[in-house]
Amino acid sequence: MQQGNEQAPLIRLSGVRKVFGGTAAIESLDLAIAPGEFFTFLGPSGSGKTTTLRIIAGFEQPDSGRIELDGQDLSRLPPHRRDVNTVFQDYALFPHLTLLENVAYGLRAKKIPSQEALQRAEQALASVQLGDFGARRPGQLSGGQRQRVALARAIVNRPRVLLLDEPLGALDLKLRHQMQVELKALQQQTGITFIYVTHDQDEALTMSDRIAVFNHGRVEQVASPWTLYEQPQTAFVAGFVGITNIIEHHGARFALRPEKIRLLSPDARPEGQEAIPATVKAVSYLGMSTRFLLHCADGRTLTVVEQNIAHRAEAPRLTQGSAVLAAWSAEAPWPLAA
Amino acid sequence: MPVSASLTGLLWRRPALRVAALISLPAVWFVLFYLAALAAMFISSFHTVDELSGEIQPGWTLDNFRQLLGDWTYGRIALRTIGIAAAVTLTDGLLAWPFAYVMARYAGPRLRPALMALVMLPLWSSYLARVYAWRLILAHDGALNWLLHGLGLPAASIGYSNWAMWIVFTYLWLPFMILPLFASLERIPPSLLEASSDLGAAGWRTFRRVIVPLAMPGLVAGSIFTFSLTLGDYITPLLVGGPGSDFIGNVVYANVGVSNNIPFAAAFAVLPLLVMAGYLLIARKLGAFDAL
Repeated sequence: MQQGNEQAPLIRLSGVRKVFGGTAAIESLDLAIAPGEFFTFLGPSGSGKTTTLRIIAGFEQPDSGRIELDGQDLSRLPPHRRDVNTVFQDYALFPHLTLLENVAYGLRAKKIPSQEALQRAEQALASVQLGDFGARRPGQLSGGQRQRVALARAIVNRPRVLLLDEPLGALDLKLRHQMQVELKALQQQTGITFIYVTHDQDEALTMSDRIAVFNHGRVEQVASPWTLYEQPQTAFVAGFVGITNIIEHHGARFALRPEKIRLLSPDARPEGQEAIPATVKAVSYLGMSTRFLLHCADGRTLTVVEQNIAHRAEAPRLTQGSAVLAAWSAEAPWPLAA
Repeated sequence: MPVSASLTGLLWRRPALRVAALISLPAVWFVLFYLAALAAMFISSFHTVDELSGEIQPGWTLDNFRQLLGDWTYGRIALRTIGIAAAVTLTDGLLAWPFAYVMARYAGPRLRPALMALVMLPLWSSYLARVYAWRLILAHDGALNWLLHGLGLPAASIGYSNWAMWIVFTYLWLPFMILPLFASLERIPPSLLEASSDLGAAGWRTFRRVIVPLAMPGLVAGSIFTFSLTLGDYITPLLVGGPGSDFIGNVVYANVGVSNNIPFAAAFAVLPLLVMAGYLLIARKLGAFDAL
């Protein structure tokens, strides 16, 4: 499949397969992740993304295939011998230990003298704005604070690769946006390779250098956020990353993004554009934009999104039942693999 | 309005009344039959018995306690009782771990109920039947020596000894250690064990730093059962202990039933009470009840 940058990959999975109770959670997976990348596994639940992450961490054993870290085969190493650390979805903080002891846990396990371990743990806690909380226990923290401790506890070990399993899933939307920015900054500061699991396409697009889209235990496409959105290879990728219209033309299928369609008056005759007469079936006002569902003259349905750039005094231009002409430039539809 | 509806309404409006209705019966039970009886026992330990008439003489004297402390026989009995209770607790603690751990971590939906049934099964049969069974096993011409003989090994003479009591008590109270330990192990989220190994801790370190501290409440609860049940027993010493293997309970029994010296029996019965109180205090100091 697709390779990383020109450099040798830091993590390489080849032919990895995992079966749970007769059904394949992952079918023959190949991936190469470059050093310093922010790499995201994106997919719906049950698509194999978390299983793949757990195989890299060593919590699951693949039925076949190889996992390499910097050329070294990890397949036979238990989790505690792998130079990777995990931020768990439920944070997995030790409830009987203080925050400082939690963060120092990995350093102590690696036989780093306790004086130095505590000092480094204090710095790590301070770097996530919890410097004064070292003596508290996880039970006394909010969800967002726990998330930071989990991050500090992993980062303090300076792993080659940091694995993050839906780390922001339990946070509310505002905090999630804030943490997305902080995570990305942390990744750039430390230069640690991040492998990030999420089912949230916004999150994936916001933070990632590259994204692997998982579906039914397979990777459908590995690409940059821009490429995934503008040039999706499959109908699944086009539908999962953003919303899309799939249109058929001479037996081939194309993805047409809703914001690339313009709504013109029915008697317009646009030059050099594809155009089709349609009726507005539904209007959803979304604040920043408005989404229209169109019923086209040839029986198709199209979703169209328009930015609300008009002045507030203006009445809505289109309502349910309005006749329009849907138009798009000839390059807008992107051909999908058969 | 019907009475039942107005009662429901009243209980709904007054949550305190609801709590009182639920707790009052067991509370009365505890206060009347347990605390009051305990107080009566404590008070009567300061009474004496008239040697001629056998009548109980009310009063406040430390004679019973003086007699207990003055005679080393009683000291030995107390030490034997506490020592065996401690040994049984320790042994049950060790034996319960692997079993409870497999039950909590590895057993699937079919194995777990089977293991649970194995633990509970002995509780279905009478205590006496089980102790008598052990008597048959451990006796000089019993099943154990028959087996050893068959294997060509020398006979063991552990019937009617402290060893026999240790083995039988360990067997009797093992379920009471396994169940709370299993419950506390089952509550440990698997992700904590993964996190520990993810952070570089090998199995033994994870066990010491994560599993044992988090299972401590269950271990302490189990040890309270095994320790106090052994401490208060007198039937097993009677049936499988040898001559001179009396427990505190046997002395109490003899003084109540045979010599009719209830005040002295009460005085000796205060000791296990103090030992348990001390045990619970230490357990609390160690944080065993923090999760309650």
